[in-house]
Amino acid sequence: MATLPVDELRIIERFGPHLSSMSALRKSTSLEPERLVKTHCCFCGQQCGIQLKVRDNEVVGFEPWEEFPFNRGMLCPKGVKRYLQGAHPDRLLGAFRRDESASAGFSAMPYDAAIARVAGEIDRIQKTYGNSAFGVLSGASLTTEKTYLMGKFARVCLRTPYIDYNGRLCMVSAGAANKKAFGIDRTTNPWSDMVGTEIVWVAGSNVAECSPITTNYLWQAREQGARIIVQDPRITPIARTCDLYLPVRPGRDAALFAGVLNLMIENGWIDRQFIETSTVGFEAVVEYCRQWNPGRTADVTGVPESSIRRAAEWWGTAKSSFLFHARGIEHHSNGVQNSLGTINLVLASGRLGKPKSGYGTITGQANGQGGREHGQKCDQLPGWRDISNPEHRRHIAGIWGIEEKDLPGPGVDAYEIFRKIDAGEIKGLLSICFNPRVSLPDNAFIERALEKLEFYVAIDFFLNDTARHADIVLPGSLQEEDEGTVTQVEGRVIKINRAIDPPGEAKQDWRIIQDIARAIGRPHGFTFESPRAIFEELCRASKGGVADYSGITYEKLEANYGVFWPCYSADPRTGQPTEHAGTPRLFEPGSYNVVARGAGPFYFPDGKARFNVAEYRTPVDDVSEEYPIFLTTGRVVSQFLSGTQTRRIGPLVKQYPEPKVEMHPRLAARLGIANGDWTTVSTRRGEMTVRAMVVTTIRPDTVFIPYHWAGPKSANQLTVAAQDPISKIPQYKVCGCQVRKAAAEPEYESQREPQQ
Amino acid sequence: MSKPDYYFFFIDPNRCIGCQACVQACTECDTHRGDSMIHLEFIDRPESTQTVPVVCMHCEQPTCAEVCPADAIKRTGDGVVQSARKPRCIACGNCVLACPFGVPEVYEDRQIMMKCDMCYDRSSVGKKPMCATVCPSQALFYGTREELERLRPMSTPVNQFQFGNQRITTQVFMMVPRGSLVRRPLVDVTDALGEAPHARAIRLTPVDDPFAGVEV
Repeated sequence: MATLPVDELRIIERFGPHLSSMSALRKSTSLEPERLVKTHCCFCGQQCGIQLKVRDNEVVGFEPWEEFPFNRGMLCPKGVKRYLQGAHPDRLLGAFRRDESASAGFSAMPYDAAIARVAGEIDRIQKTYGNSAFGVLSGASLTTEKTYLMGKFARVCLRTPYIDYNGRLCMVSAGAANKKAFGIDRTTNPWSDMVGTEIVWVAGSNVAECSPITTNYLWQAREQGARIIVQDPRITPIARTCDLYLPVRPGRDAALFAGVLNLMIENGWIDRQFIETSTVGFEAVVEYCRQWNPGRTADVTGVPESSIRRAAEWWGTAKSSFLFHARGIEHHSNGVQNSLGTINLVLASGRLGKPKSGYGTITGQANGQGGREHGQKCDQLPGWRDISNPEHRRHIAGIWGIEEKDLPGPGVDAYEIFRKIDAGEIKGLLSICFNPRVSLPDNAFIERALEKLEFYVAIDFFLNDTARHADIVLPGSLQEEDEGTVTQVEGRVIKINRAIDPPGEAKQDWRIIQDIARAIGRPHGFTFESPRAIFEELCRASKGGVADYSGITYEKLEANYGVFWPCYSADPRTGQPTEHAGTPRLFEPGSYNVVARGAGPFYFPDGKARFNVAEYRTPVDDVSEEYPIFLTTGRVVSQFLSGTQTRRIGPLVKQYPEPKVEMHPRLAARLGIANGDWTTVSTRRGEMTVRAMVVTTIRPDTVFIPYHWAGPKSANQLTVAAQDPISKIPQYKVCGCQVRKAAAEPEYESQREPQQ
Repeated sequence: MSKPDYYFFFIDPNRCIGCQACVQACTECDTHRGDSMIHLEFIDRPESTQTVPVVCMHCEQPTCAEVCPADAIKRTGDGVVQSARKPRCIACGNCVLACPFGVPEVYEDRQIMMKCDMCYDRSSVGKKPMCATVCPSQALFYGTREELERLRPMSTPVNQFQFGNQRITTQVFMMVPRGSLVRRPLVDVTDALGEAPHARAIRLTPVDDPFAGVEV
């Protein structure tokens, strides 16, 4: 019953996305704010400190927060304009139900009646088809408290194994690689360690647009003498002045890393002592890399042999270094192997656990780190525990006051949940903080699956593109309307503070979840009075796990500008209570952890890190005679993820209104396309028409389309639903496509505003 | 109140990433909310990602003020060139045409010229201007000379500019890479694919001693 209730343009007309305007209060040059609230940006994983100006229960502007040490007042345009998501004309001020007779497809209904209907449908579906017929999709932009509650809600209240989250399409391949190599999944050093290092390798990260605050750290490292290597098919703004640019062909990253490591081994540019004493598995990696001689590596990767040799020499002979990677190498059906390839370079160098040397994956979402630690992942329990591990299950069942046998086992990844919906195994769905109709690959399939659901309830503050398929929409809260914690890119747990109350009948998300639990008749474990109470239970649940938060309190976070986990309440050596300050830097020599118990700095019983053979595999749906051009996708600086928020903020939309397809002039000339021409890009999944942006800053065999838009402007109409076999991350960053000059302008041009 | 004389404003286009945080933040400034007094230049987007934020350079002898027929543009004692004064400005646009840096703008709806005043409401009370506070690449930097020397050893500040026969000294500095540290910027991916590089590097020639004429 989840086809769209009415024509989509009529839904858009009522529910947006429309653009926020600067209202009277916000434009006033004389009204003083009542107060400034110190908190953090709602968008990316950098989690910049910001002060929100509040007046009359409205955020009316911002003031830089220069004392917060990570960003010291710096912000990107999204952070500057983030406050314009509040007091928005599209805001859901109450619950809605699907109503085909209503002109916009939805009718307002009382909140309590909506909760009762949701509970009734969950009950009906689970009684008819079994508990597993109901699924939950959650997100990593939620506070850690909410992500913990979502995991608990699915397992304890709904008793379904089927919960997963949108971090699945963000950086799970990095997480899986970290787990395999280090036994822990966190960036190793605070960003301030970067300044003073000799070399920084940025692999597949458009830092300037996706994590802008990191730019100043990079530039500051360079001022102090660091050389910067950037690996990317596009000359992004940080690549423009880098010391060595590796213009890798999309999907060939593992081959590049193997080729570089092979040269390091041949030339003896490796730390034999570290490899011997602190790692296992190097021999198999040596054996694998042998086939990647420079000539073959250059042929496969498209990077000139001279640049490969230079990268190996610079990286191999440095005394200190950082390596960062992001979605560019992670969004691949070979994503775990790509990530392991970078880790092998780091382990072979022995440069880890030191003040000026480290490794990290740059998190994408606000809580990209915390959101993947406490149990909303399908195979995970709080404290980064494993849902298949009997000991872990017993511990968490004890905290939750249930029998271990009643705790469901592992579920499936977010995309597989849609396959199960398509197959008729999952009949009902609850989603929060997830807009899969825009964000999942091959999204025509997602739309077809949504249409098969018997019941779909979406929680959101705006009617996002997926929620248009919902039977019931519950009005959730903006980040500034609640408090809680998130864990940012460095592994620093920080405090989000409430600036205003939710308007109308909108509610803080954790209250909505608890209201549903109560209405289902299973309130046990869902009677928290505050985010603080949830956090306290989360901390107890995480105790003894790898992601141990037990020594953290809200007060400690505020007093110290955040705390790096693990942070223990009891000394892991003795079990005695302790005042632990947290762990800014991982893997320092002599450091103690709960897994190795003194055997070594890494989180395995023997305390040693693992080399893993990081094998190159050709991407799924690679370029072919029929689809000869690489398509890659990514972000622009003024938009965020599926655009539910940023496509509603006027000044951000103005900065980059609509998606364009970037291509090199050489390719454009061959195709007879000029800058600004309507251009059709097609793949085996579908086609879309956007304007061409002809620039020399992209490989001539590749085109790029940003993915923040919906419907006919969604790049994920084209992408392939191939997933990494280990992490299940989709392959957004490469597939074969055709490009041609469009026959006519697209229909959307006359029907929709740029952001719609 | 006046701007402390130990604080200076520096622009380093080498650091700019084109994100427009500066422009967006300018529109949030309390004295002109909704309008930006600064802008971002894309030098040649088809061929490069190079961008430059354009703020008022605050000339020692402001051309905008010199050509103003209504004597509406004032430079305060601390060297900050202000927006046109309301009762005097006739919105003729002479300043717009004359400014060598392309900074002033006439707001037709209000019939006045408004421009970047280094966030005088902030800088005159010891705070940093909004754009330089938020800039995530610190291409816009506001601080002391000592901080600059410590943080930016690879480039040198310049505040004299030659436009034809006109030599202009400004209070805002432009950072220029030191001779041996100039990096040839990458503009075309094909250059990095082992093909013959295009020669597009521009040679910068500082016209004089960078700190000549600056009183500290």
